[in-house]
Amino acid sequence: MAILDRKLRRDLWRIKGQVLAIGFVIAAGIAILIVMQGSLTSLQETRNAYYDRYRFADVFASARRAPESLAARVAAIPGVSRVDTRIAQDVILDMPSMIEPARGRILSLPEGREPNLNWISRRLNRDFEFGRPDEVIVNETFANAHELFPGDQIVANINGRRRTLTIIDVAMSPEFIYAISPGELVPDKRRFGILWMGRQSLEAVFGLDGAFNQISMSLTRDANEQFVIDQTDALLAPYGGIGAYGRSDHQSDAFLESEFMQLQTMSQILPPIFILVAAFLLNIVINRLIDTEREQIGLMKAFGYHDYSVGWHYMKFVLAIAGIGVVLGWALGYLLGGMMTDLYGTFFKFPFLLYQPNPATFVVSGALSLGVAAGAAWFAVRRAVRLDPAVAMTPPSPPVYRRSIAERFGFAKHLGAPSRMIMRNLSRWPIRAGLTSLGVSFSVGMLIMSLFMVDSIDEMLDTFFFNTQRQDVTLTFTNPTHDISREDVQNIPGVLRAEMFRAVPVRLRNGVNSERVGIIGVDDGADLTRLLDVNNREVTLPLDGLMLTDQLAAQLSVQVGDVIDVEIMEGRRPHLRIPVNGISQEYVGLSAYMNREALARVMEEAPSASGAYVRVDANSMAQFFQEVKKTPALQGVTLRSAALEEFRRIMDETMISAISFYIFFASLIAVGVIYNSARISLSERARELASMRVLGFTKSEVAGVLLGELAVITLVSLPIGCLLGYGMAASIVDQFGTELFRLPFVIQPSTFGWAVLIIITASVATGAIVARRVNNLDLVAVLKTRE
Amino acid sequence: MTESRDICFRTRDLTKVYQTGETEVFALRGVSIDIYDQEMMVLLGPSGSGKSTLLNILGGLDHASSGEVWFHGDVLTASDDTTLTQFRRDHVGFIFQFYNLIPSLTARENVALVTEIARDPMSAEEALALVGLEDRMDHFPSQLSGGQQQRVAVARAVAKRPGVLLCDEPTGALDSSTGVQVLEALEQVNKELGTTTIVITHNAGISDMSDRVVYLADGQVSHIEEHATRKPAKELSW
Ligand SMILES: Nc1ncnc2c1ncn2[C@@H]1O[C@H](COP(=O)(O)OP(=O)(O)OP(=O)(O)O)[C@@H](O)[C@H]1O
Ligand SMILES: [Mg+2]
Repeated sequence: MAILDRKLRRDLWRIKGQVLAIGFVIAAGIAILIVMQGSLTSLQETRNAYYDRYRFADVFASARRAPESLAARVAAIPGVSRVDTRIAQDVILDMPSMIEPARGRILSLPEGREPNLNWISRRLNRDFEFGRPDEVIVNETFANAHELFPGDQIVANINGRRRTLTIIDVAMSPEFIYAISPGELVPDKRRFGILWMGRQSLEAVFGLDGAFNQISMSLTRDANEQFVIDQTDALLAPYGGIGAYGRSDHQSDAFLESEFMQLQTMSQILPPIFILVAAFLLNIVINRLIDTEREQIGLMKAFGYHDYSVGWHYMKFVLAIAGIGVVLGWALGYLLGGMMTDLYGTFFKFPFLLYQPNPATFVVSGALSLGVAAGAAWFAVRRAVRLDPAVAMTPPSPPVYRRSIAERFGFAKHLGAPSRMIMRNLSRWPIRAGLTSLGVSFSVGMLIMSLFMVDSIDEMLDTFFFNTQRQDVTLTFTNPTHDISREDVQNIPGVLRAEMFRAVPVRLRNGVNSERVGIIGVDDGADLTRLLDVNNREVTLPLDGLMLTDQLAAQLSVQVGDVIDVEIMEGRRPHLRIPVNGISQEYVGLSAYMNREALARVMEEAPSASGAYVRVDANSMAQFFQEVKKTPALQGVTLRSAALEEFRRIMDETMISAISFYIFFASLIAVGVIYNSARISLSERARELASMRVLGFTKSEVAGVLLGELAVITLVSLPIGCLLGYGMAASIVDQFGTELFRLPFVIQPSTFGWAVLIIITASVATGAIVARRVNNLDLVAVLKTRE
Repeated sequence: MTESRDICFRTRDLTKVYQTGETEVFALRGVSIDIYDQEMMVLLGPSGSGKSTLLNILGGLDHASSGEVWFHGDVLTASDDTTLTQFRRDHVGFIFQFYNLIPSLTARENVALVTEIARDPMSAEEALALVGLEDRMDHFPSQLSGGQQQRVAVARAVAKRPGVLLCDEPTGALDSSTGVQVLEALEQVNKELGTTTIVITHNAGISDMSDRVVYLADGQVSHIEEHATRKPAKELSW
């Protein structure tokens, strides 16, 4: 046995290049699984612990102004365990380092005690209590972005008055793990700040003594969330409630969940590809080994080795390679997992982040890989076990070749002998050639699947920022108003064009499906925001009825012409039935559109505005913002260029590392597959290639025969890989769609081009390595032996 | 027969040393020999005496450790790999014990493999006819007997009309009557094309068909035997 083990070690060492190549493919699969599952569990556990420790609420609701006494009635709803009320208001912040205003969200905190729910994690001045009325706690991200520390001051435009606020501490909150300001796509740490202030001072500022405008509740374990939501809505309706919602509609949590879902999906798609490719490689390696060792097997058996010890010997060979891959993968996964989790930590703001690689993932991935490896080798090993010693020791007859299909059909008549050798070799082992091609195809596909996201996001940005949202600035008024007219906005210095809009919170219902969204009322002929149909062509908003975005229509299962229930949650709060007269395509969020006058008509009110879309003269921006910062009735300013820039910055940061990650792993498959198949061909045909050298063929001519085969395999795999990538991208688009955003299914030709180029480069590099071996063929040694 | 005694190969003090770890193995220890154009020469000697080594160096497959080899006035021992490849391509035909046919090519294509890169080849059909295989041209090696495979190898070696034909135990894997067929082919090529032919064999009987027999022992030429007349190959048997 010890001798056999020594043989095993030498055999492994002899094909160390192949061992490593296969090991790396397995390692990649395992590492990806561990990284993704590890980050996923770490993030989930961290989030759960955070929610738990800081009492993140389960249901949230806003109203216009509700008496504090209502809290007790909400608390009495069956299933509610704890209730917290507060005051919330969006304001404009005037930051000295920015010409444009920033957006602030002020939230009240009870003085002198912890709130019942939604605690914050104080970071610096834990013990410092609210004392004077203008003291605030600022969220850490915003504070860091502006280098704000306790003792510093910021200026806010609160309820029409400029107030200087003093920072007493910075904090984090489970409500803002992913802090996005309304109407934006990504968190903007400089332009969106959360300010916590004492409840009493806020009551005074906003005239909300003994009242609240936000309420949240935690639920008991057996609570029925929908029931609580409906009951809360009913209680809040008289006070301007705009619809309660659960965690799944909580913006920060929804983003986390969608990220988790993506991680989960990728961790299910990618690792199996790697393990299957590795299984295929192991299969050809072990088959080749057993072929070359036929006589040795016969000999061992003739000397009295048992069948099972022969079988176990070869099985061990395969398991050793897989084992090397598993251990490499574990190490790589452990290291990268920590890095990946840290990377997530820069997007999702947690006060603590516990990287806990999941031990079960290690065990399962290892066991699965070894199992798959054993399965891949099963038939080859069984062949070795069943070999009859007498048969094994007779030399194998030369492999049987035939004319390739192409030749039989009369193609390739004028091909030279080397080209015929290539074609006949491919058709001699069609399954192997096919699987090799498929392996390379998968790496092409994987590349396309990852690279296409750039195209998709570009398309999303293009549609969002250049085709639909064409305004430079969106102004949001504190309350819907008749007092500000289009002319008023038009008169702000620098404004080139202004269009008013009305946003109304509603609940849309179609049978059992319901969604809480906003109806945006825009004027006929509005040009700054446009609506596109599913073919990206501009559509005009009908003068009557609703226009839904495609995602919303799908979620409500509504088609053009259907009439749906609309519960307006503002003003007189009428319940209406309105026809859906159009469907538009949008990739971000859920929205419904209506003509502004028609909206006012159904709401039985005079047309009013919630804000304005504005185009501003680029040279007058400073003046424009100067004026805007002084305007009391504004609660928010959204700057398109800033949002776009921020989005691009984040994409650059994340996509570059994600894409290099995918390029690396996809190339690994290509290199592993091509290298192995080249080395196997080389070992099978060393004799034949050496003969060619003896006959006077040059090194490059001989290498050409070997590499020509690889070239054909690679070339065949490119179109297949492109198709595969197309399909994989389509399924990603399908799987990643959420209410928050969808990826448009767009693959630019250049993406196919890059994927193809990367794989060709990897193949050429691998070919060059193998070609060196052809150069070093020992002619004399090869010809001396029989085979 | 050997009235035009132009020298084809000339070797002087040719040695070949294999370094295996600590020990040195002398495969050739100073071989100096002239091989004439158009002669048929047989190399005899015990196993390990250096026959194959000598043949491989002459054919430009292997490098000598010291000493020199000339081929028609060119110094082969000073040539680099590219020159040696070109030398093989233009002048040398090889035949080995184990045929070394390309299994994925038919008999005709195995020969064509060489004629495609040769300067003034005969056609593949012609070469195969020379060895009596005109009716087996489209068979793959796996469909041919050992003797037939070896005759394809002979056809492949002679198709480019090489100046020299180097054969390392061409009949080693064949029975007597099949072996004779191969030797007849060699004889015919030597006579009709005037190809200098060197044949290694363990079979002293074969040496009767040669002009000269060179005996190697322990890496050196022990003696040389000249034949006034050659025995036709078909009268040989073993
Ligand atoms: N690659 C090598 N490494 C070490 N020694 C070698 C090598 N090749 C040949 N030798 C040694 O060189 C000597 C001559 O070998 P060669 O093959 O020329 O013998 P030969 O006369 O052809 O024998 P045979 O009749 O058995 O074929 C032998 O002693 C052999 O052991
Ligand atoms: Mg020999």
